[in-house]
Amino acid sequence: MPPGMDPSRKRAIRLTIALTVALLLASALVYTSFSAGRDEFTASQLLKRAQPGRTYILAGTVLAGSVQRQGPALLFRVRDPKLEVSVPVRYTGEVPDPFAQGRAVLVDVQKGGTSEFIGQPNSLTTKCPSKYQAASASY
Amino acid sequence: MAAVGRVLLILALATCVYGLGASLYGARAGGSAWVDSGRRAMYSVAGMAVIGFVILDIAFLTSNFSYNIVASGSSTTTPTFYRAAAIWATQQGSLLLWVMLLSLWSSLALFLTRRRVREIAPYAQAVLFVLCGFFTTLTVLFANPFATSSTPPSEGAGLDPLLRHTTMMIHPPMLYSGYTLLLVPFSFAVGALISGRLSAEWIQVTRRFALAAWLCLGIGILLGARWSYTELGWGGYWAWDPVENAALMPWLCATAYIHSIMIQEKRGMLKTWNASLILLTGTLAIVGTFLVRSGILSSIHAFVSDPTLNISFVALITVMTIGSISLVLWRRDGLRSEARLDSLLSREAVFLFQNLVLLALTAVIFWVTFFPLISEAVTGTEVSVGPPAFRPFVVPLALIVVLLSGIGPIIAWRRVTAAKLRRSFAFPTAVGVSTLVVLLFVPGVTRHLFAYLMFGLGAFVVASVVQEFSRGVRARQAMTSEHAPVALARLVRRNRRRYGGYIVHAGVAVALIGVAASTSFQHSRTATLKPGQSVREDGYVFRYVRATASASAQKISLGAILAVSKGGHHVTTVQTTYGLYPAEDPTQPIGRFFNGSDESRVGLDAGLTRDIWTVINPNVAPLQGLINKGDAVLTPALAQAERLPPAQQAKALNYLYGLRDIAIRELTQRFVSHPWSAQFLLIVSPLVTWLWLGAILAALGGLIALWPMPVRNRPRRPRRTSPRDAPSSPPAPVPERARELV
Repeated sequence: MPPGMDPSRKRAIRLTIALTVALLLASALVYTSFSAGRDEFTASQLLKRAQPGRTYILAGTVLAGSVQRQGPALLFRVRDPKLEVSVPVRYTGEVPDPFAQGRAVLVDVQKGGTSEFIGQPNSLTTKCPSKYQAASASY
Repeated sequence: MAAVGRVLLILALATCVYGLGASLYGARAGGSAWVDSGRRAMYSVAGMAVIGFVILDIAFLTSNFSYNIVASGSSTTTPTFYRAAAIWATQQGSLLLWVMLLSLWSSLALFLTRRRVREIAPYAQAVLFVLCGFFTTLTVLFANPFATSSTPPSEGAGLDPLLRHTTMMIHPPMLYSGYTLLLVPFSFAVGALISGRLSAEWIQVTRRFALAAWLCLGIGILLGARWSYTELGWGGYWAWDPVENAALMPWLCATAYIHSIMIQEKRGMLKTWNASLILLTGTLAIVGTFLVRSGILSSIHAFVSDPTLNISFVALITVMTIGSISLVLWRRDGLRSEARLDSLLSREAVFLFQNLVLLALTAVIFWVTFFPLISEAVTGTEVSVGPPAFRPFVVPLALIVVLLSGIGPIIAWRRVTAAKLRRSFAFPTAVGVSTLVVLLFVPGVTRHLFAYLMFGLGAFVVASVVQEFSRGVRARQAMTSEHAPVALARLVRRNRRRYGGYIVHAGVAVALIGVAASTSFQHSRTATLKPGQSVREDGYVFRYVRATASASAQKISLGAILAVSKGGHHVTTVQTTYGLYPAEDPTQPIGRFFNGSDESRVGLDAGLTRDIWTVINPNVAPLQGLINKGDAVLTPALAQAERLPPAQQAKALNYLYGLRDIAIRELTQRFVSHPWSAQFLLIVSPLVTWLWLGAILAALGGLIALWPMPVRNRPRRPRRTSPRDAPSSPPAPVPERARELV
């Protein structure tokens, strides 16, 4: 900016530049978030909408007492947060250490031949468990 | 004693109410006696909180399972250290820790300011009582740590195996100390705004608390990252998880604050900015606490959290936000700066840019962290966002922060001339550019542009810090003729804030070089191996030498020893284990030992240039048939034994449990005697150690900056042993800038 410029004009220009940069950043952030996000489905939503051959993100908590091993596969049920509904998942691949019954999980699944859902290999993630969550109900 | 603890909490709450009233009455009616009484009330709250905490900790140490939280969070088999620390692994115990730390830091702040900022302190005191009272109310009404059961269990549930890690036990007190220390400058800012005393005095009296908060939060974040790297079995140290971001956001704002207050102290500028910033930082500390314990983001529908607790936190955050905005708007005329920014090429301008970038970082992290909730509110659908959503914004902003952290120490206040610019920037720029040029010849480095730039910028920052130390030492030597090490020590001792800050900058630069290298140039693979088999990764050969196994009543451990070689030469041997903790299912007397919680023990060989990291994920499916057979035999036998008369029951059960333990040991040993293939995650990661070393260096710099100056700052005279040592000619004149450095 020219050295002889009125100081209040200088401040106005700086403020305009700063606000413009902030607006551009915010717009980019909002656009990226909405376009990069992937929809999550609860157990009840998945039962209603899942089509064979498509991959969905199943979100929920691991139903107490449902975890079993069958060969290399891990079998468990993921329960819906609001409804007394759960879906069976057969998963092979890396199992994160925090995985346990009652923990919140995300897993990519496809609808299998029977009523179960097939977890995509190495797609199972467990959200960092809050130490403070109350014991989840089992039904 | 539980009743004593409960009474103490109720009394503490009543004392908070009294203290709040006394402080406000003293402030309004001008009675310092009432304000002093309020301050002593805070000391009492701290004392009661400490006693309550000790009572609860004794209950944990003595495994007194009549306390509900001891039964749910500890056991007789939990090692003593973890038992003592398990108090804050529970909701109720952690809230009590909050109350204790907040009341202790508040007492310290009020004690240190008892003869200063007399118009501000009563209001600050009142705010601290409101905050203390809030957390005490939670423990009295909603999360009672002294709740007991009339039928206590004979054994507790034990501590989550994932939390049985030294760093994870120290991590919460560090974080809570950071959060509670931040509330001290927050409260004094509110006090300054209410009282209208808007000079820099409230900043001066609380600056050390802000710096201590920054240090504690940073250490807490570092400990969490270290736990993630060595315990969680995924090979990383930062996952952009909401609970991680919850601590990072106030830390970034605190970083901005401790820089921008220098401008207000020196030039009387940025008053509105500083007041707003510390109010935001304090509010984010409460938001972070809410995030971690509410469960709103680990489970979007919060169905596992206590809604009453959530509503209370939301109400407090709302009051803090609206109150902060209202106060700043009310006092905006008084917050006008006394000076103006003279030039964009000045330290003030650099600090301001740095503040803006740090706040932009905070805003990005806040938005993406809460995006699942935002998207649900806007579109009705939950959305999953992971690390890829953060990186496009965080990485470039981090590069800018590093650049500015190198420029800040070497650029002058107010205005800098072209000649000064050349003199100050020549060496660091040469080092940074040379680093980039040299790295051009290292294969593959330039493929990762951001990492490549970070290496150059990191070198620039370290060089600028080295330059400042060098100039300071030379200037001091010119004045005092001290030897270089002595001059260096005294230089730092007399200017702890400045040189401690420089060390922090260097440490952060080194840490970020480590982050850039380990994230961009990491090699990893998953391999399924049997003993004797090997696999190659990043030029290293990993050979599965042999299986290991052990079993006890608390844990089954299946592991492997791997030999790592490169170019035909043995590099290291690592051992990794997978721990299985028993579940509580009584219908599977043997199976429950293989179906409960698990945790990985990482096989780690850490070095200055690279880390070799491995975990095993053994498959217990080959044992399942034998486990099922054993359960089929033992389950009815145990049921039958429990129907026996008491005199025979104990003997029968002991015999059957003995058989069970033999079966478990035999089964476990089959992993060694008849080993089957196991899955391994193998990672070779460069410069991870630089992250930890850089963070330790930054923490050391923070401690130096925090350490109080000596009470008497005696002027130093040149060292002379005899008249013959007296200089024959007068010493060379010391430039003005050099005097400033020493």
